[in-house]
Amino acid sequence: MNILWLQAAGCGGCTMSLLCAENPGVFDLLADAGLNFLWHPALSEQTGSEVRALLSQIEDGSVPLDILCVEGSILTGPKGTGTFQMLSGTGRSMLDWVTTLAPRAAHVVAVGTCATYGGMTSAGGNPSGAIGLQYDGSYPGGALAAEFRGRAGLPVINVAGCPTHPDWVTETLLLIAAEALRQDDLDRLNRPLFYAENLVHHACPKNEFYEYKASAEKPGQMGCMMEHLGCVGTQAVGDCNIRGWNGGSSCTKAGYACINCTAPEFEEPHHPFTQTPKFAGIPVGLPSDMPKAWFMALASLSKAATPKRLAENAVSDRVRIAPTLREGRK
Amino acid sequence: MTERSLLVGPFNRVEGDLEIRLDVKNGKVAQAFANSPMFRGFEMMMIGKAPMDALTITPRICGICSISQSAASSMALGALAGRQPAPQGALAAAILHGVENICDHLTHFNLFFCADFARMAYEPRTWHARAVSRFTAMDGSAVRSCVAARAQVLHIVGLLGGKWPHTLAIQPGGVTHAPTARDRIRMQSTLAAFRRYLENVLFGAPVEAFARLESAAAVTGWDRGDAGLFMEIAADLDLAGLGPGPGRYLSFGAYPLAEGRALAPGVWEDGTLRPVDSAQIREDISHSWMLGETAHPAQGNTDPDEDMTEPGYSWCKAPRLDGRTVETGALARQVVDGHPAALDLVRDGSNIRARVAGRLLEIARTQLLLEDWVAALRPEERFMEDISLPADGSGEGLVEAARGALGHWITIRDGKVSNYQIVAPTTWNFSPRDANGTPGPVEAALEGAPVGADEDTPLSVQHIVRSFDPCMVCTVH
Repeated sequence: MNILWLQAAGCGGCTMSLLCAENPGVFDLLADAGLNFLWHPALSEQTGSEVRALLSQIEDGSVPLDILCVEGSILTGPKGTGTFQMLSGTGRSMLDWVTTLAPRAAHVVAVGTCATYGGMTSAGGNPSGAIGLQYDGSYPGGALAAEFRGRAGLPVINVAGCPTHPDWVTETLLLIAAEALRQDDLDRLNRPLFYAENLVHHACPKNEFYEYKASAEKPGQMGCMMEHLGCVGTQAVGDCNIRGWNGGSSCTKAGYACINCTAPEFEEPHHPFTQTPKFAGIPVGLPSDMPKAWFMALASLSKAATPKRLAENAVSDRVRIAPTLREGRK
Repeated sequence: MTERSLLVGPFNRVEGDLEIRLDVKNGKVAQAFANSPMFRGFEMMMIGKAPMDALTITPRICGICSISQSAASSMALGALAGRQPAPQGALAAAILHGVENICDHLTHFNLFFCADFARMAYEPRTWHARAVSRFTAMDGSAVRSCVAARAQVLHIVGLLGGKWPHTLAIQPGGVTHAPTARDRIRMQSTLAAFRRYLENVLFGAPVEAFARLESAAAVTGWDRGDAGLFMEIAADLDLAGLGPGPGRYLSFGAYPLAEGRALAPGVWEDGTLRPVDSAQIREDISHSWMLGETAHPAQGNTDPDEDMTEPGYSWCKAPRLDGRTVETGALARQVVDGHPAALDLVRDGSNIRARVAGRLLEIARTQLLLEDWVAALRPEERFMEDISLPADGSGEGLVEAARGALGHWITIRDGKVSNYQIVAPTTWNFSPRDANGTPGPVEAALEGAPVGADEDTPLSVQHIVRSFDPCMVCTVH
């Protein structure tokens, strides 16, 4: 299968992240699955007229397109023209190119939260009119209509993340190549369930702190970051702590909050990113699927039961008290 | 035909969107116009935000220099608070930043720049078969080993910073993860593996041998590893004769540590070094699709001209230092820091070969710095100071990204951001003309570049443009 990759209005970080794929590296991984790039803006040789010729051939159907990957938001501004991003050398906006080429593709893959939902490019007052390929924030319908389907019948596959994990992208492409990705394999926001059926909370190294509500109060402390430091790992989809990033790490492993970067509208949490909003001293956001009354009851109980080891370590920058060892029984 | 106009785009392997318009006369570029054709408006997004949100938002300007943006915003916030990070926190931040920079240089050399030497247009050249074998886009053996080595050394960013790009580990007070003795030994192992890659593949010699070259002749005569292959190609294609820079080199000084910056700040021109006076920076918008006035970034604003009226031809503003263009990047950084080979390389001005050589020198030097820094980590010390911000004030954060001088300017009122301005390295290098009609550095560097009668995407133009390692997503932001 061939892939055309376009970089719309983003930072290019999802491609940079993709290059971090290991065991095997991205080029072997894709080639072994019979996937090849028709063109990629950061990786291919062709420039200028060579690319314009290729795009024309895809547009007129003489080069059939299997997978269109789009990285970055689609800019609609100013005034709906899309001219805040022109595809250079072509005299046409990226908005125009994407809406023209998407119906030619068997599959359309939105890579990263900009391409899926608008993402960071749509933050603040959204000065450039940034939207996602098939969503505008959490609302269906973006640059492509909510009813859009690729030639193979699927909606835009939303590989959300800021950036995306390299494996989320490669495994999505591998599943497509194996004809093993169906509508049932996507969540309600069209994210692949193989990573979106997990929460960032799963396998978080701070879970024992979470269990006892032993909280970090300031950046750099070891405790759970949900109560004070804005962490929403209990609500954010992603297998970050199961799979690991860049050799096995994650945001929470490195001591800073999960900001739910796989979700629509994560860019506007309506509070400072690293401060937990509270009502009457109680954090507003609850863990996914947790009844509020039970959460309150369990939280107050577990807080009362917090072992000294966790209470002290939570507000320290390193383990001050190691787990107590059992005495031998002989 | 002796006169024609060319529009070069999509211009790829430049990290973002770039369109170059060329007026060609008698087989040479007479005038060049660099258009940055994508506008997102990060500075506008920051208005009204909580100041610390800059640490989450501004790194997402760029997926390749994310840590640089992070370091600049962190430094601007620290300046606002009038505080310094914990010394060991600054050291850990330098390690994170150094790994990103060394990866960016490697990516540029192997994936973005050298791929052009594998083009069929160079088939008659004696080195072409080797260039094809090493540098062919996505398939070349150098490309493959670079990508593998890069992914592995980024484990250091994983360990200290959680992930790359877009870590939130660097903060005004230091870093969020206090590395343990075990972390330190792992990082040393990773760096040892990376050194093996550099020595076996890129330099074909000990890293020290390349880092400590003392003359331009020693650098350009290097004949081992892929660095040697590049030098052979550069001599054959006379890349030293193409792409002259303005002769003024700007570096804000790289890696702010407790004891000072690891690489010196300064402006180097005509054999003399002077201090950087950031008060002399102005962003000219006469040829940008921007409304407003020429201003210092601390007073500047960003108001896009939605009608894209002439004489504007780019979303990029035109920063000038004391009214003049400057070149920034790895070569400038090494020149300003006084590296003897870098100084010798620019004796007759900068050019394509000197820029690439500057990056290679810096790869070697950065490896040595990283090894020293990791060895200097003291796990028993503090890595984060508790810093709170005032409700009103302003701050400036000047750092060196892989591609050169990066500045963030923040002003806050009543605890909210009232102004935020960013001048990125490629804003300097790829700026459009200013009110005097002076072209930006890359525009000037393209003048005189040869264009073959049958070329519509001239190779000389591609080499010159890519020699600056443009990061177009940072340029306009």
